[in-house]
Amino acid sequence: MNWKDWAGYYAVASYDTNHDQEYFAYRHAAGLMDATPLFKYEVKGPDSLNLLSRIMAKDIGKLRLGRVTYCCWCDDDGKILDDGTVARLGMDHFRVTAAEPFLHWFLQNARTLNVTIEDITAKFGILALQGPLSREILVHAAGGEVATLRFFRLIETRIDGRNVTITRTGYTGDLGYEIWCGNSDAIAVYDALIESGKNYQIMPAGLAALDVARIEAGFIMNGVDYFSANHCLIDSQKSTPYELGLGWSVNLERDCFIGQKALQAEKETGSSWQFVGLEYDWEAFEEIFARFDLPPQTHSGAWRTAVPVYGRSGKQVGQATSGAWSPTLKKNLALASLRNDDYSKGDALFIEVTAEYERKRCPVRVSDPMFFNPERKRGK
Amino acid sequence: MKTASKPNSSTYDAIVIGGGHNGLVCAAYLAKAGKKVLAVEKRPVLGGAAVSEETVPGFTFSTFSYVVSLFRPQIIRQLDLVKHGLQIIPMETTYNPIPGDAGLVRWADGGRTRNEIARFSKKDASLYSEFGLSMGRLSRFTKNVIDTPAPEPASLNPKELFKLLKMGKLFKDFDADMRYLNVKLMTMSAVDFLEEWFESEPLLPSMAGSGIIGTFLGIRSPGTAYVLLHHYMGEIDGAFRAWGFSKGGTGQISLACARAAVSFGAEIITDAAVERVKIRNGRAVGVVLENGGEINARTVISGLDPNRTFLKLVGEDELPASFVGQIKRYKNRGSSGKVNLALSRVPNFEDGRPGLQHLKGDITIAPSIDYVERAYDEAKYGEFSRRPFLNIVIPSLSDPSVAPPGKHVLSAFVQYAPYNIREGAGKWPEKREAFGDAVIDTIEEYAPDIRDCIIDKQVLSPWDIEKMTGLTEGNIFQGELSLEQLAFLRPVAEWSRYRSPINGLWMCASGTHPGGGVMGAPGELAAKTMLKEGGV
Repeated sequence: MNWKDWAGYYAVASYDTNHDQEYFAYRHAAGLMDATPLFKYEVKGPDSLNLLSRIMAKDIGKLRLGRVTYCCWCDDDGKILDDGTVARLGMDHFRVTAAEPFLHWFLQNARTLNVTIEDITAKFGILALQGPLSREILVHAAGGEVATLRFFRLIETRIDGRNVTITRTGYTGDLGYEIWCGNSDAIAVYDALIESGKNYQIMPAGLAALDVARIEAGFIMNGVDYFSANHCLIDSQKSTPYELGLGWSVNLERDCFIGQKALQAEKETGSSWQFVGLEYDWEAFEEIFARFDLPPQTHSGAWRTAVPVYGRSGKQVGQATSGAWSPTLKKNLALASLRNDDYSKGDALFIEVTAEYERKRCPVRVSDPMFFNPERKRGK
Repeated sequence: MKTASKPNSSTYDAIVIGGGHNGLVCAAYLAKAGKKVLAVEKRPVLGGAAVSEETVPGFTFSTFSYVVSLFRPQIIRQLDLVKHGLQIIPMETTYNPIPGDAGLVRWADGGRTRNEIARFSKKDASLYSEFGLSMGRLSRFTKNVIDTPAPEPASLNPKELFKLLKMGKLFKDFDADMRYLNVKLMTMSAVDFLEEWFESEPLLPSMAGSGIIGTFLGIRSPGTAYVLLHHYMGEIDGAFRAWGFSKGGTGQISLACARAAVSFGAEIITDAAVERVKIRNGRAVGVVLENGGEINARTVISGLDPNRTFLKLVGEDELPASFVGQIKRYKNRGSSGKVNLALSRVPNFEDGRPGLQHLKGDITIAPSIDYVERAYDEAKYGEFSRRPFLNIVIPSLSDPSVAPPGKHVLSAFVQYAPYNIREGAGKWPEKREAFGDAVIDTIEEYAPDIRDCIIDKQVLSPWDIEKMTGLTEGNIFQGELSLEQLAFLRPVAEWSRYRSPINGLWMCASGTHPGGGVMGAPGELAAKTMLKEGGV
């Protein structure tokens, strides 16, 4: 078993010596992952909606009861701080997930509001059950109503007699659910899910497999594909939602929210960066290694050490921030930020590849970062 | 996938006979190049020997071919097969059960494998990765061979000479040791070859076993070492020696190829058996269906084996006598059968191993060299092996979609089951039950509760394989992969480049270079050759 640090917790990178089987469980059966270290906040009170609408770039005012939404939040300059989900459990009751601690930020912006904000990170466990058979397993564990739970909706139900909130969300770009339960119930719920999944080849799965799945799905990661403006030493390290391909999650036409003016201006003048997917030209990649009489060498799993991306003229035009060989798509993939925002699908660029300690340039094609998007992800 | 049984048109640029995976790959490449293509399959389902069928309600059997190794990655990319549903799940273990023992498991993890082998021989354990490295290097040479049409050594065409030189250069680039190794590989038996490294059982028979698959030879017969490499170079995602299951069964590979072909504009009909190739003035001009229908085409491409193509669909009268003689001598010699089981649970191998992880790959019944050789002895004299070599997989452990929840599918590849049994091939239906029993009895020696687990079974002798797929003598490779039938000699000398003595009639399947296995290379290379040489 391989461990890694996740926000101060030991988290499983892979249960076996390598993550392959866990990855395939995510894609062909179901993987069960402990996502508890995610930062979790409970927002309650009459002004909850106001607070979240003010913080989030997305109009949370439109979030209906029983729904979950993906969103990001920015500083005053429209630079992204973090991304996560907001779930609406009651008219005045929300839960927020974040990759980094933001209690201070929420409190600071709530000073004049009638709202309580609690860090419930250690109070709740989150189990991510992801994969094409996750629905069958959950129906077995939690009952039939899960069967009709739609994409980005939630229900409150019971597993093994314990209260759980199930959201149809995830980080694999596949059919999947996240199960919230009280910390002390988490082990029992975990065991019940494994038991229910026995006939469906469920596997405990870790972060290494997740990392490959999230790249196939084109999901960005804080600290890897972008950096929270709070942690950047220089301005150029900061990003905006538009630059990260999250423009769809920004609702400008509404009451004021943090970063609104800057984002409005960016929308009008255009962004300095564009977030894209890159697909390696495999034949060229093979050729680079063949020159050394070597078979092509891909990383085992996802990589996250940024490498330069070059234009046709040989000038650096940006950087690929993470990537992976996709065992499902049979393609070598990368997520990249490129200067200027006028790249379109199919454009030819070059990425740095190291072969036998030598730096080479491999042709790549610009693509939609959502490389893998099966119907079952959103389907009934 | 829905298919019609009648074509929309009466004339095509090309008709592909046979909806096996190679025929479909070929059809897809031709359609992609803008040709008007029709593929014609005699069965109601597509796939030929790469087919999945719900033979028992709720249970999907990969009826014949059951694992994927060599399917060419460039085909997946060029035909966009992932978009059309192809998904391959790697198999990471090889398990050799031994009654009353933990057996031998070879894992994806090298260290763990070494520890397992060390139980039987510390020397073998220390050599295992070195062997893998050598085979990997040889595979890279061979990979080059399988991804290009065979060079023609008798030709004086500078292009051909250049290809030979290129291959020669690859060979020359090997150091001396690798060159010797290559020659040994081409000439030795699987056991002799492996004994240059290893000493212990069950490692030796387990590894040598892949050298006999699909051949009518024993593990001590010269020539089997090459077949070993043919299996060893299984390649998924560019990594050698990686085998996998196609999600939903092997047929999904064929269906993905079919969907790709259709997306490029090809037409596919099923339930349409071809009775003969229409030949006018020495040129193939179309096909005549068994139902009397006639379809015309500028080019006819056969995805059937050479014997069936030339002796049954074309006819001796249309062909040069020397060619007919060669085709008649081409060895099919079906030697294997298949038993597919629907199981209520995973059988217990009583090996004391926790969990089911070690059963997720292939399970080889080959406890000793003598065991496998003895199995061959019986076959030599026209009997099926009472205790056969088995290669078993339980794909439902990796891909739950092929069986109802909690239930499983077991597929056993069985060798030897000679097509020509002593009583005559036609007597197979009477022997089938006994053959199936011999297989289940064999499994029972390793997993004593197997009979309690069986819900239903399908037993296929080579005679059944021939009846269902049309493969002559039920040979799974459309002809043995023996050295004299490979490369520029496949199927026969002078006709290794997908052409035939009949103008406008081409070949595109496992009976051509580089041979059998679900790799799609013959279909790909045939299509590319045709397009390049103006054949269509």
